[in-house]
Amino acid sequence: MTRPGAAGLIWALLVIIAAGIAARATYTADLSAFLPRSPSATQRLLIEQLRTGPAARLILVALEGADARTRARLSVQLARELRSDPHFIAVNNGDAASLERDREFLFRHRYLLSETVTPQRFTVAGLHAAIADSLDVLASPEGALLKPLFTRDPTGEMLGILEALGPGRGPRTTQGVWSSRDGARALLIVQTRAAGSDIDAQQAACQAIRRAFGAERGTALLMSGPPVFAVASRAIIKGEVMRLSGVSAALIALLLLSVYRSLPALLLTLVPVASGALAGVACVALGFDAVHGITLGFGITLIGEAVDYSIYLFIQSAAHWRDSVWPTIRLGVLTSICGFAALLPSAFPGLAQLGLYSVTGLVAAALVTRFVLPGWLPRTFAIRDLSALGERLARTVQTLRGVRSALWLVPLLAGAALYVHRGTLWNRELSALNPIPAADQALDEQLRADAGAPDVRYVIVASAPDRESALAAAHTLGALLTPLIDQGVIAGFESPARVLAPLSVQRTRRASLPASSELSARLQEALAGLPVSAARLQPFLLDVERARTAPPLTGADLEGTSLGAAAEGLLVRSAGGWSALLPLFAVASADLSASAVARVRAALAQERSVHAVLLDLQGEADRLYSGYLSEAMQLAIAGFGAIVLLLWVALRSFARVARVVAPLALSVLAVAGLLVALGERLTILHVVGMLLIVAVGSNYALFFDRSSAQPHQGSVPLTLASLLIANTATVLTFGVLACSRVPVLADLGSTVAPGTLLALWFSALLARPPAPPDAAPTGGS
Amino acid sequence: MRLRCTGVGVLILALAACAAAAQTTAPPAFDELLQLLAARRHGHVTFTEVQQLAMLDRPLESSGELLYEAPDRLEKRTLKPKAQTLILEHGVLTARRGHRTYVMELRDYPQVVPFVESIRATLAGDRAALERFFRVQFDGTLGAWTLLLVPVDATLAGAVKDIRIEGERDAVRTVEIRQSDGDRSLLSIGPEVAP
Repeated sequence: MTRPGAAGLIWALLVIIAAGIAARATYTADLSAFLPRSPSATQRLLIEQLRTGPAARLILVALEGADARTRARLSVQLARELRSDPHFIAVNNGDAASLERDREFLFRHRYLLSETVTPQRFTVAGLHAAIADSLDVLASPEGALLKPLFTRDPTGEMLGILEALGPGRGPRTTQGVWSSRDGARALLIVQTRAAGSDIDAQQAACQAIRRAFGAERGTALLMSGPPVFAVASRAIIKGEVMRLSGVSAALIALLLLSVYRSLPALLLTLVPVASGALAGVACVALGFDAVHGITLGFGITLIGEAVDYSIYLFIQSAAHWRDSVWPTIRLGVLTSICGFAALLPSAFPGLAQLGLYSVTGLVAAALVTRFVLPGWLPRTFAIRDLSALGERLARTVQTLRGVRSALWLVPLLAGAALYVHRGTLWNRELSALNPIPAADQALDEQLRADAGAPDVRYVIVASAPDRESALAAAHTLGALLTPLIDQGVIAGFESPARVLAPLSVQRTRRASLPASSELSARLQEALAGLPVSAARLQPFLLDVERARTAPPLTGADLEGTSLGAAAEGLLVRSAGGWSALLPLFAVASADLSASAVARVRAALAQERSVHAVLLDLQGEADRLYSGYLSEAMQLAIAGFGAIVLLLWVALRSFARVARVVAPLALSVLAVAGLLVALGERLTILHVVGMLLIVAVGSNYALFFDRSSAQPHQGSVPLTLASLLIANTATVLTFGVLACSRVPVLADLGSTVAPGTLLALWFSALLARPPAPPDAAPTGGS
Repeated sequence: MRLRCTGVGVLILALAACAAAAQTTAPPAFDELLQLLAARRHGHVTFTEVQQLAMLDRPLESSGELLYEAPDRLEKRTLKPKAQTLILEHGVLTARRGHRTYVMELRDYPQVVPFVESIRATLAGDRAALERFFRVQFDGTLGAWTLLLVPVDATLAGAVKDIRIEGERDAVRTVEIRQSDGDRSLLSIGPEVAP
């Protein structure tokens, strides 16, 4: 017993090393699994947006319950606490004080911020026209807004700024604070300091909001937005992985206990599984920056296949183990490795991790089953005799073979289903993988509508070497985009340059303002025929003179205003310098039409001095995912090809390869047909699931092949029994997965559970009938 | 934006003056007036408006046409001195001046709601709703009546002191809005425009 002893020692050593690596590994559940490993320029912009962009740092907070007055008081209280919390860079609740601060800032600096401040504006004719326009407004609804400002701002610069700043889509106000449209919730819009990709920080921010809210009787706090979703996704994935692993482990333990009637056998079964999972995690930790939560979820899938090895070992009698069972398992493991190794070169880190995890996990599990486990079997090791079950199975299979010509229906029906649904076969949207429950997504949509904060889909990204030139670029782009608003191509856009006017622009505007005496003379002349006297407009002369001599406006002047925070959010430090972001708003719906996108792109192309790109965040993300999907298809086909090649090398017979491959291909086809017939649209995880069907199912097919090729080796009934139990374990595992709330896991489960079940029965039906055990060997030519 | 809201509200009230108001000490004539006004389905009249603002040397004068369709569409077409159009429809106010259009939803401006609600309530004969927002005083007879509306809400009273509407049977003649700062506007309704 020296060899098993040595094997055990090596095993123990490797387990310790792997456990050490796994313990020190970084685990993530953010979107890194979906980001490409070597992105293109546009993809890099997309990733920057998803990670650090302002949209990724926005939390919508709603307070409900109690009465409007209480909600308003709580809103003010919450806003005050959050404003002093370093987790947040901006907290808006629409209270009069902060609105007043913003208005005050804009009004004080109106001559540096207004786009209409030009030398022409301050000529006699320009003043006359501007003041006449203001008088028109004075007689209309906005008149009441202008009235208190008129003597200081008769040319209407403030109205112009307010108009440019926004189409006034902000939330409505109830009891002096922002509220939902029906007034039943108070609203706050909060921006976190940390990047959207820093989920720990986002979690801390969410907790800070909950803490600050406290627990007022009868009121509730609702939160939504990308940071909240990121935190929730991580929690959901983590929870699901724990829960589902636990449930499947318990189910399999129950199954094996009822079959083996032996606790030691059950415990020994777990050794290869656990070793494989540990090896998989350790290898992924070594090969990647971080182990993704989804990859751990696949740990469950490993249970499904790795547990089979020890089932074969225990049931198919240890006597045949080394000569007959192990070679078959070895070939099965090799085929699985071929399948999963195909995923390794994927640009989708999620797939590549899955490939590496599965390959190393299966190799480890198989090696432990082969070299470590037999040495550990107690001398008195015995499990329940399953011959009777096997005999019954053999008879059932025999009966069913009579109708196996009905199998022709499978490709026909599946083909028909696939053909009928050919237009909606694939789900190419990244949202297909979103684990956030529909109710939470609906709440988000509702809060966004209430807050007048539409999901930003289109962003113009202007890159520049430094902050000031990024602002200048944003200003230039603004001039190109404004005509598109008038033409109805876009509804509007945001720009950091509106409140953080570039210094060059400020200088030009300041130079447009005439000296006091000159302005006074021109004003006198301009007022001819208007119902205003120059004496009333003395405050105007004073304000212009003040603006003419004031120092230029800097970011520091914006401190404490919500405008400043919003503008800073649109200005980000990027890889090669700075980027100014200009989110676009579509007319009517959330999406720009293709022609609108083309016109915006054409407008951007006019200006060669600015390096700007129109980024369609959702479109780009979908394109990225769609690329992964096609790639996964190609890799899966390549893996399938590699498996067929391997089988050819091992079996050296076209007929035998065909008998092994046919049931697998049929199962994949049947499952695909079944899924689309049930209205499912296939995602990347379905493709991976099909690869798993082939990997797991090949073991079954190979055992049937062995039974017919070498009937003198191993007991056919016992082989059948072991396959049935192994398959039940797999179906249980993936069946549990199919119930997951995480689409990624559910897709996988709903593909593999029925697929492997079918693979077993198709293999049984399509195998060459085994010759009587005492007959001479027949096949294997 | 708050100031703007009040402005809108005042304007809407002026616009909707083709409709009417109500009173607290409900004499039979007031009930009859409500019924008469509610029965009127549409109107198309001329108007002149004079606004007196303390900071201006002389009043702002304008004129044009008012169109009304029961129960909630109102259009003010100013023709002089410059063309501009204001349309109130289903609680949305649209202003067109030059080639620019401004749209605002009144629901987003709660300060305006009482004004709109007063008109809607009057047209619908919903006295309870009307009296939620104003103290209403009815004077005169059905043939020559005066309604004095004083805002109940303190925030509205801050901008608008009172509104005096005069009319004859189902026809409104003048709407006078007095603001707290002394500025005032007088809208005079002219004859029906032939279709």
